[in-house]
Order: sequence, then structure tokens, then C-alpha cells
Amino acid sequence: MAYITKILFLIALVLGVGYFTYNIRKVISRIKLGQEVDTSDHKKQRWSNVVRIALGQSKMVVRPIAGLLHIVVYVGFIIINIEVLEIIIDGLFGTHRVLSFLGPVYDVLIGSFEILALLVLLGVIFFWTRRNIQKIKRFWAREMTSWPKNDANIILYFEMVLMILFLVMNAADLALQRGVAAGTFTSETASHYIQVGSYPVSQFIAFLFQGMSEGTLIVIERSAWWLHILGILVFLNYLYFSKHLHIILAFPNVYFGKVVPKGKFKNLDSVTNEVKLMMDPSADPYAAPPEGAETPAKFGASDVMDLSRIQLLNAYTCTECGRCTSECPANITGKKLSPRKIMMDTRDRLEEVGKNMEANGGEFKDDGKQLLDDYILREELWACTTCNACVEACPVSIDPLSIIMDMRQYLVMEQSAAPNELNVTMTNIENNSAPWPFNQMDRLNWKNEN
Amino acid sequence: MAEYMAQGKQPEVLFWVGCAGSFDDRAKKITKAFVKLLHNAKVDFAVLGTEEGCTGDPAKRAGNEFLFQMQAMMNIEVLNGYEVKKIVTACPHCFNTIKNEYPGLGGNYEVMHHTQFLKSLLDEGRLKVEGGKFKGKKITFHDPCYLGRANNEYEAPRDLLRKLEVELTEMKRCKSRGLCCGAGGAQMFKEPEPGKKDVNIERTEEALGTNAKIIAAGCPFCNTMMTDGVKNFEKEGEVAVMDVAEMIANAQDL
Repeated sequence: MAYITKILFLIALVLGVGYFTYNIRKVISRIKLGQEVDTSDHKKQRWSNVVRIALGQSKMVVRPIAGLLHIVVYVGFIIINIEVLEIIIDGLFGTHRVLSFLGPVYDVLIGSFEILALLVLLGVIFFWTRRNIQKIKRFWAREMTSWPKNDANIILYFEMVLMILFLVMNAADLALQRGVAAGTFTSETASHYIQVGSYPVSQFIAFLFQGMSEGTLIVIERSAWWLHILGILVFLNYLYFSKHLHIILAFPNVYFGKVVPKGKFKNLDSVTNEVKLMMDPSADPYAAPPEGAETPAKFGASDVMDLSRIQLLNAYTCTECGRCTSECPANITGKKLSPRKIMMDTRDRLEEVGKNMEANGGEFKDDGKQLLDDYILREELWACTTCNACVEACPVSIDPLSIIMDMRQYLVMEQSAAPNELNVTMTNIENNSAPWPFNQMDRLNWKNEN
Repeated sequence: MAEYMAQGKQPEVLFWVGCAGSFDDRAKKITKAFVKLLHNAKVDFAVLGTEEGCTGDPAKRAGNEFLFQMQAMMNIEVLNGYEVKKIVTACPHCFNTIKNEYPGLGGNYEVMHHTQFLKSLLDEGRLKVEGGKFKGKKITFHDPCYLGRANNEYEAPRDLLRKLEVELTEMKRCKSRGLCCGAGGAQMFKEPEPGKKDVNIERTEEALGTNAKIIAAGCPFCNTMMTDGVKNFEKEGEVAVMDVAEMIANAQDL
């Protein structure tokens, strides 16, 4: 019997971790469909960003209520996961509370896990009410269609159930420990429940178990134990299908985030070459390109493959909190643009392209769709004021603005599809070096006016 | 600038006037006010005049990287030709573009926004800033995106305003969370997309909500947007939109 449970546990563990690894590799290969970027610069600042923004949650607390609640859940989840280590060892070797040899340290550990579990539970309930009862606006925006909404709630339910199972498991354990100590429970199985740990929270649940038989308590304890670890494995595998990947990707994403001033947009090297050639008096404009020359790069982005790997990582990292959208001047004033939707669309399209490639032996088969128009509308792109509010608001350094800019570049430089007024502006700049039709020779006229 | 070059001299700083500062009637007043302050502080400065051209900011933000780089290269050739080292401008868009995007194309200069430059003059004791007629007046400052969030400068304009002994009152959305006026990203030059309201109306509403008598700005485009907003609420009689430089020049009756 003992062997069977150990083997079952091993199978569950291998399946859970294996499938998760398989999916994470899929994420990595999809991110690699993007253009390579050199990120070897600013190492020190990148690490300091990871410490401050990702580990230290510095941007989360800009909104104090959500920020503090999030820190509780985040710290709780990280620390309670130490318990998972014990559960895995116990499961594989058939031991019970293997770390209990730590003595008083163990008591402190279990005690703090319990308090954190309670705080996480309360935090998650609070999150749930904010979404579903208080109906905070950013959770009910246009792009928050049924799946994103359900996804968010499923995650919260998962966390609630896991925390409750953890506390019930401890409570049953405590009830058994008390029974053994009092000499009422005498079976061989019950003797595993030696008196260890401190249970500041679950002692109140254990109260409910008073008078239950030894057998019932063991069933409750074992069921809670199994459901807890299986739940964790299922949740781990749910990550890939949900917006919850941020619990892992936030760290690399912050590392690769923008480290130059937000106002600094990248200069396209492919354009620099063309401009230099144009301005070089000795260049022959009619010269045929040399044999074997590369075809000029496409300007801007119309689909996910044109975006950079960092932008694609951004898309997988986005947890759809909507802080970007709620700060976006275009969105606030009722325009269609929502920076969060830009990220969600990018991920959806990337998933679609990835699946297409899997189905076609690694080659992308044209599906007649692209990120532009089929996902992100021109109307959204042209509503952006490039004010960087979305970039500033993102707690995990996602840059929706860079995608908007790349897509505008495609529209203007590959398609000549700028709004008409902008074409006029650009013609003015081209002809008389100002966005308005004034003569460049009149630039100094203000000097003599009163 | 050409005159300085002919005399074999270098000015202390080049004042980059920008398109708005050169052509827009409202922005020209800011240009003149800033020039008065430069004269007052005995700053030896030059302008490029007819040799200056659009930095390319609206072209770049509209997606026309090609036109942007053409403009940038032409300007860089002129600036490098005159061996310019230090540039000051009253436009945050020019400031951001020359400071951040020109170096990659061969244009390396020390670039300052005019509020930063005025602050440095103040610190060096070359410029006196006193309250004068603004003393005790309620004033709110609207952060230009390309000075604030884009380049992390929130304090220079506020320090100057404090020196004017005004009662500085902040809007709820200020500094890094400041709301855009709606002009950036080449929006200045096009009609907005359909929506509930215009961005400048939303922002002006917030500014008027502070009961400030003056909305201080640091960008010619924000200035236009906020002025339009104030007119929209028919408050132009009570509330003025002024550049920080104009306020300092005005306080001293320059």
C-alpha cells in the first residue's frame, strides 16, 4: 500500500512538472519567433530593476490598496511554497513532516505559513470582491470579455481552495496529534502524528474536529494533503493557459525592460543606411544592388514576427491588470485604444501563429491574417499620444507604446497609410522643415516683431 | 550662429527655438519672454535662425522614421558644423529628440529644457526670480509628458514657481502620473479619433478643478491645448495659461 501511494505521487509529480516544462518550452520557442535584440547593456541597472521593481514590488504600491494586498499574496505564496518542499519529500519517501527535526524552527515555520495562508486567503477574497462586487472599472473594460474575466476568477478560486486545503490539512493533523498525545488514538497509522509544529490559525478549525474518530481524521488529513499538492500541480499547469504567467515571467521581463529614458525611441538602423545613402553625394542612385545583397528589412511591424523578442515576452508577461489602460489619456476619453488590449492581442496572435507552425511542421503557413487589422485596429494605433503613461503604470515594465510605434511605422513607411492630416504635416516638414506651411526663411521673424 | 562663427567666437549656449516657438503666435511670446530672461541674465546665446529645421519629432512619432532621420541628419550637420556643445530649448519635444535620439545619429550635445536652464541661472545667482504680481496666487503646473515621464524632470519648473512665491497646488494626476494634454505623438496635427471627449478638455477640467488662477505650462503644445480647453469652458477671462518663462519675465516686468 505504501509503495502504491509513493508511486502514484511520483507519477503525479512527473506528469505535473513535465507538462509544465513542455508548455514553458513552447512559450520560449514562440518568443524566439521575434526579432533578436541586444540586451547586454546596463547590466547593473537591469539587476537593480529586478530587485526594486520585481522582487521589491515598487511599482505595485503606487496604488496602495491593490499594492499592499498583492504584496501579502506574493510574499505568502513564495514562503508557503517552502512547505511544498516538505510535501514533496514526504510524498516520495513516505515520511510524515520530515522537516520536523528542526524543532523550534519548524514551529516558527509552520506558524508563519499558517498566518500567511490566512492573510493570502483574506487578500484573495478582497481581490475577488474588487472584481465582482465593487466592479472596479478597469476589470470591466471592453477587452475584458468572458474568458479574461473568468480566467481572473478561476485564479482567485484556485488560491482560495489551496489555502483552505492547507489549513484543513494542518487542523486535522493537529487533532490527530492531540488524540495521540492523550492516548485516545493508538493505531499504528496514528502514531505518525507526533506532536510537532505550531498552529495559530488551524487550531480554530481543529476545534470543529473534536470528537471525530481516528479514521475520519486520517481520511480528512490525507485527502487535504493530496488535494493540496495535486491542486498545486494543476495550478502550475494552468499558468500557461492563463494570464497568470506573470508570477514567473515578471522577473525576466523586468530585467529586459527599457533602461533608457522613456522618451528615447529607438532609431531604425535600416532607415539610417537608406538616409545616409540618400545624403551621400557620391552615391549612385541608379546603381543596381550588388549581387547577393540582402533585401532591405521591412520597416515597422504588421505581425508578431516583426516585433522584438522583448515585446513578445511582454505579451506573455501581461497579467491584464489594466493599470496601463486606466492611465491612458486616449482610453480615459473614450477612444478605442487600450494599451492592455495591445498586449492581449499580441499574445493571442502569437499563440495562433505558434499553433499554426506546430500544425505545419515548424513552418508558418499563411493564414491570411496578421496582427494589424485582424487584431489591432488602425483607429487604436492612431489614438495614441505617445505620452508614456502606460509604460509608467505597468508594474512589470511592459512597453505597449513600442508596439504601437512599430505598427505606425509599418503603416506609414510600408503602406503610406497615415491619416490625411498627418500626410499634410509630413509634407510640410519635408518641404519647409516645419509641420506648418511656413517658409523656413521666416524662422527668425519673431525677433523683429513685437 | 553664423555671425558668431564668422567672428571666431562660441556662444555660451545655443537657443533652439523650435517650429512652434518660431511660427506659432502664442509660442512666439514664450520665445520672446525667454530671450528677455537670457538677456537679463547676460547669457551669451545664439540661435540658428533660418538654418534651424524641425527636429523630426512629429514625423517620428507618426511613424515616419525616414523623414525623422532626414531632418535629424540635416540638423546634426548644421549643429556639428558650428561645433555646438550646449543647447537650450523651450519645447520638451525638441528637448527630448535632440537629447535622446540625436546621439545615435552622430549629434552629441548637452541639452537642457529652458526650465532646467533657468533653474541653473538662478542657482548661479545670474537670474533673480521674485514673486512680484504672482505672489500668493494659486497656480497649478501641468507636466509636459516629454519633460516629465519621458525624461524624469519634475522639479525644475516647480522650483522656479516656488521662487515666484506662488501658492502651488497640484492636480491629482501630476508628475509621473500626469495626464497628457492630448497633443503628443503628432496628435497636435490631426483630428482626434472618435471618443467621449477630447483629451485637452479632460485635462483642463482637472486643472480648473484646482481653482488655480494660472495654469503653468512648460511646452508650447501643452500651452495651446490647455488654452483651447480654457476657452471651451469660457474661463479665459479668469484663468490664464502661461509658460513658466513668461511668468518669470512678467513678474519682473521685463
